[in-house]
Amino acid sequence: MSMNRREFMQVLAVASAAGFALNSRHALSAGNARNFYDLPSFGNVSLLHFTDCHAQLQPIYFREPNVNIGLGESLNRPPHLVGERLLKSFGIRPGTIDAHAFTSLDFDKAARTYGKVGGFAHLSTLVKKIRASRPGALLLDGGDTWQGSATALWTKGQDMVDACKLLGVDVMTGHWEFTLGAERVQQIIDNDFKGKLDFVAQNIKTNDFGDPVFPHYVIRPINGIPVAIIGQAFPYTPIANPRHMIPDWSFGIQDDHMQKVVGEARAKGAQVVVVLSHNGMDVDLKMAARVSGIDAIMGGHTHDGIPAPSIVKNPGGQTLVTNAGSNGKFLGVLDLDVKGGKVTGFKYKLLPVFANLIEPDAEMAALIKKVRAPYEAKLAEKLAVTEGTLYRRGNFNGTFDQLILDALMEVKGADAAFSPGFRWGTSLLSGQTITLEHLMDQTAITYPQTTLTEMTGATIKDIMEDVCDNLFNPDPYKQQGGDMVRVGGIGYTCDLRQGMGKRINNMMLKGKPLDPNKKYKVAGWAPVAEGATGEPVWDVVAGYLRDKKVITPRKLNLPKLIGIKGNDGIA
Amino acid sequence: MDQLRRAFLKSTGMAGVVVVAIGSGLLKSGEVLAATWNKLAFTSSNLADAMKNANYGGATESKDIVITVPDIAENGASVPVEVTSNIPGTTSIAIFVEKNITPLAADFEFSNDAVPYIYTFIKMGQTSQVRIAVRAGGKAYTLSKEVKVTIGGCGG
Repeated sequence: MSMNRREFMQVLAVASAAGFALNSRHALSAGNARNFYDLPSFGNVSLLHFTDCHAQLQPIYFREPNVNIGLGESLNRPPHLVGERLLKSFGIRPGTIDAHAFTSLDFDKAARTYGKVGGFAHLSTLVKKIRASRPGALLLDGGDTWQGSATALWTKGQDMVDACKLLGVDVMTGHWEFTLGAERVQQIIDNDFKGKLDFVAQNIKTNDFGDPVFPHYVIRPINGIPVAIIGQAFPYTPIANPRHMIPDWSFGIQDDHMQKVVGEARAKGAQVVVVLSHNGMDVDLKMAARVSGIDAIMGGHTHDGIPAPSIVKNPGGQTLVTNAGSNGKFLGVLDLDVKGGKVTGFKYKLLPVFANLIEPDAEMAALIKKVRAPYEAKLAEKLAVTEGTLYRRGNFNGTFDQLILDALMEVKGADAAFSPGFRWGTSLLSGQTITLEHLMDQTAITYPQTTLTEMTGATIKDIMEDVCDNLFNPDPYKQQGGDMVRVGGIGYTCDLRQGMGKRINNMMLKGKPLDPNKKYKVAGWAPVAEGATGEPVWDVVAGYLRDKKVITPRKLNLPKLIGIKGNDGIA
Repeated sequence: MDQLRRAFLKSTGMAGVVVVAIGSGLLKSGEVLAATWNKLAFTSSNLADAMKNANYGGATESKDIVITVPDIAENGASVPVEVTSNIPGTTSIAIFVEKNITPLAADFEFSNDAVPYIYTFIKMGQTSQVRIAVRAGGKAYTLSKEVKVTIGGCGG
């Protein structure tokens, strides 16, 4: 269902009269809706930032997580706050349009009220509006831009490359971009981006001599003030994604090198130093405490939409850390006041992109229509209707993940199933038709093969412990930023007080304890090893959906958590 | 330039680098290395024995050892380890991987006032402390850093 703005305002008025919890002063009248995006300018240097759009050119629904647990130093601090705890921490009133943007509270109902989010045509209008009052403002793209949709997969990222150029992106870094293969990445940078868009990364070098693969940073004048943008690509790309797609490059966090690059940029006259990061927010926070001389780290990867910056002290002063959500849902606006060669003040706003509140940009809308045209009929195929809300985000499982697990186990005849803890993937409201496009939003990767493997109970536990440590290792530098592997068919407890190898216990399969020595058939997808074969996951799940026609609300297989008391990362 | 260097090395093989180092007197020659191969140390199956047998027993912690290793290994079969010893009079640097079946991975001896710096690749079977030991002025020093080895996948 899509409404024009007038219809939307009428719905809001009716909803309000009917006693829906619509307290937002912005949402209650058409006049105020126009003001929603009026952001008074501040200072003299502005940076606009989006990240992890995952190739969503069209407006979509996106449910934020209700489980995002932080432990140790990360306990109860951003980004590990969800639901009402997040609202309270940032002073957002419940029941408002902002509360809907930043939390999963009452998601299905609120999403029907406020409509879809994101979309490049709407984002484009917003970027133009914000830029109009901020001379020379740069637009930064934190990466995970060329992957996440059917059209991005089928055009090898070309749809997003063209859309980003039209949007006016100035500087970007990457992660999932690399799963198109090193050659394709360099082809885009050497041709499409040449002279138009800088792809930067200080932490990618060649395996053999440690030579830089990309420029580490770029210095651009904003309003006459030299500003350095340093790139920080996802440090664990060769581990979290297939190594063989980027065989000659080495990544890593490399904060010693970051410190050198900051010094080099300052020596070349940069008055402002900003890191465009794909570290994930916990890594950003640690890096901000260890590296001096960075004014702001504008980050992504962990898909955290955080309303206000975290201010981190370090030996050189302080560094702002912002993270700007995902799926084109937000545009971050950082305004800095630079005087005498130094940042003396700042304002930050993470603007939610509500498609109903913004007129789509005609030129971008035309481009999107053109790139989608050859695929439109295929994408629109109706596979099934979902009775419950389908979403992915959450540390341990999401309803769409459960649907994939259910499909894998049934189609493959498996005892259990694993599905990766990806944080991308759009949401569907109850009663919505699942199209092939929606399914591709959850699965469109360059290594989509499904697998059926015999594993002992001991191996299953080892895998689960390994992934769990990537999420909950007390040192953020040893985390990889995804969520726990989704597990179908096996119940378990997860003890958050324990370390590696001791968290996963009481594993049960079909009412019996998992036998460490017995072999089980485990289905999965997205193998990182080279040479995997197997039917693509979208074909397996599409077949299942066509067969079922109606998808009943999923029963989430969730572990029983131990040591969660007092944690504001779970609602 | 870089491409030329890369092509040159591919055609001649990486061994060329080692030959140059020995030729310039920075490392002891192959003959000497063979003569001092410490079988006992390289086959010791726990850290304490390996350190003792390699003549680093009773080493004291030193922050003057600078270790650069990845936080998470991209490939456990080939983990880059870079070490500089800022301890005056350094004569050797050894690498121990605590959780490997035989912890001693390498032992480098320096002569002729060579700068005590090494860059090499080691194998790691699982997440472990990588412990560096240094001998300088007849004393042993040590420092360690953890490197995580993971099965991968499932990120982002």
